[in-house]
Amino acid sequence: MHAPIPHALGLLCAATTLVGAMMVITRKVVVHAVLYLVVTLLALAVVLALLGAPFAAALEVIIYAGAIMVLFVFVVMMLNLGQADSARESEWMRPRAWLGPALLAALLCAELLYALPSLLAPLPPPFAGPATETPLPPAPPLFRLGVHDVGLSLFGPYVLMVELVSFLLLAGLVSAFHIGRRRAEER
Amino acid sequence: MTRASLALVVLGPFALLGLATVLTWVERRLLGLWQDRHGPNRVGPGGLFQPVADGTKILFKQDWIPPFADRSVFILAPVIGMMTVLLSFGVIPLTDTLWIAGNLNVGLLFILGMMGLGVYAVVLAGWASNSKYALLGGMRAAAQMISYEVFMGLSLLGVVMLAGSFNLRTIVSAQAGLWFIVPQGLGFCVFLLAGLAETHRLPFDLPEGENELGAGFHTEYSGMKFGMFFIAEYAGIVLISALIATLYLGGWRGPWLAPALWFALKTGVVVVFFILLRAALPRLRYDQLMALGWKVLLPLSLLNVMATATVLMLRATP
Amino acid sequence: MLDTLRTVFLTFLHSFHRRATVQYPEQQPYLPPRYRGRIILSRDPDGAERCVACNLCAVACPVDCISLQKTEADGRWYPQYFRINFSRCIFCGFCEEACPTYAIQLTPDFEMSEYARPNLVYEKEDLLISGVGKYPDYSFYHVTGIPIPGKDRGASERERPPVDLHSLLP
Repeated sequence: MHAPIPHALGLLCAATTLVGAMMVITRKVVVHAVLYLVVTLLALAVVLALLGAPFAAALEVIIYAGAIMVLFVFVVMMLNLGQADSARESEWMRPRAWLGPALLAALLCAELLYALPSLLAPLPPPFAGPATETPLPPAPPLFRLGVHDVGLSLFGPYVLMVELVSFLLLAGLVSAFHIGRRRAEER
Repeated sequence: MTRASLALVVLGPFALLGLATVLTWVERRLLGLWQDRHGPNRVGPGGLFQPVADGTKILFKQDWIPPFADRSVFILAPVIGMMTVLLSFGVIPLTDTLWIAGNLNVGLLFILGMMGLGVYAVVLAGWASNSKYALLGGMRAAAQMISYEVFMGLSLLGVVMLAGSFNLRTIVSAQAGLWFIVPQGLGFCVFLLAGLAETHRLPFDLPEGENELGAGFHTEYSGMKFGMFFIAEYAGIVLISALIATLYLGGWRGPWLAPALWFALKTGVVVVFFILLRAALPRLRYDQLMALGWKVLLPLSLLNVMATATVLMLRATP
Repeated sequence: MLDTLRTVFLTFLHSFHRRATVQYPEQQPYLPPRYRGRIILSRDPDGAERCVACNLCAVACPVDCISLQKTEADGRWYPQYFRINFSRCIFCGFCEEACPTYAIQLTPDFEMSEYARPNLVYEKEDLLISGVGKYPDYSFYHVTGIPIPGKDRGASERERPPVDLHSLLP
């Protein structure tokens, strides 16, 4: 991504992601928090698309923003949280409660910032980004991870993982069915 | 980006809104036809200006936000509904050359994603209204639309496998010899039903359910915010019809007529069929809807995927 | 499944059916002569009012929308005022049935919308027509025994002259 406009777009989306994430943890109303999470996910999808992974971006939108977060909203709607709940929650958010985790997270963040330049600098030719001095005219500026590549890698080197995950999902499905059936019999 | 597609970007949304508005009149006239009555035929020639009258009325209505509603989300919900539908149109190729982003390599996924986000409009409207009917409508909508999104995606996989691409333009080009409705008849049926459920049209309009929920998720909406939901619903019908025309009916392909005309014709036929379904079929009960989805459509769409894959495999390995 | 398709097809066939709607203002529906619409007060063939202010219509009216007051002139009874509140009237026709003189009649006309409710209260001038309505030849004072100026006792139709009690002739 050499052009300045996509670069600025990427920065904008990254900033949106960060701001959205901040808003998620500071909102009092749960649905608002969930909505900011959706915004974060969408911005992340745009970042992914700009980085050359449109398939991942589409999946991010469909599965995370479109399905899972809707389920979150659904559950929140069912729970009917009110004033009492938010009051109780603010009770939990004493400095004593969040100071320790915040320190640890700050430590992690510092590590990440320290490690980031070394991660960015040496990229192999197919992943060459704006950092490389000599751009390769015939090849696209960034490796585009299309649907085809994802499918090939899923059913090529990662086929075992796919099968394991499908086992896990099947187990989840069966147990959900089991729980649902038990309820029906008790009635 | 050609000049035509640039014009499409600028004028497209307005054209679509106009089309959706006119569609309200078309639907009422057609429902009238099938119920042996006339429908609105007073304003203008044949009642053609009825949508203008309706639009004027709805624009000048009081834009009322109930004091018990969650203000920001209440305003946001119809905006989401409108935007997701309008954005989805961007990747649909009108003709071989006339499109905004018809060549997007994940075009179909983009549409699915926008439909997934479209659920928020209904769910958030139901939640933000803070009233029981709206909430019930929103919950129904969430369950219904998430469920049917699954079958919609699965039914589309057959088309994707045959065309070998998510790119809508490539999909249309792949239908040069044979429209996909022939090899993908099963997928077409599932997609049609899922499309009905996604746009919550009759017979799947449970989120609205006038006689049980009093208009469901938009019970508390009035004025132009209601108008946006209304127009978004009709634009959604056009979207699903255009998708069906693109994916199963060969898009702009056809003899004699101009490509754009063919596309409009096919979309129009599907729209009319949607309206016919509304005129003919009663609303399903909620458990019937869910049972139809998970017990009939899901196995059918899986079967479709498996059959398509098998045929493709057999054809690839002689 | 087949039933559903059949339903859709049958509904589609309705596009070739005749439409049941009557395009009302342009296309007037046929109303039979005895249609129960707007109420009028008729006159007898001589042009005099038929109503004798007997109050039977007011009594018969189930919604009490008729109000009148009797007055007398030259031996004939008249309504001093005759008022029908059409915002209450249910067009049941009981008044017509109760009327002994065919004065009050219902007509095949229903286009009487008003913007203001008081405009629906019709006075005698509004109700009286200059015709005989559904009974062209009937005149109450010509068949009743009541004497009026120009018609003495016994001069009515099918009425013999009164018996002179002072003579003993048969």
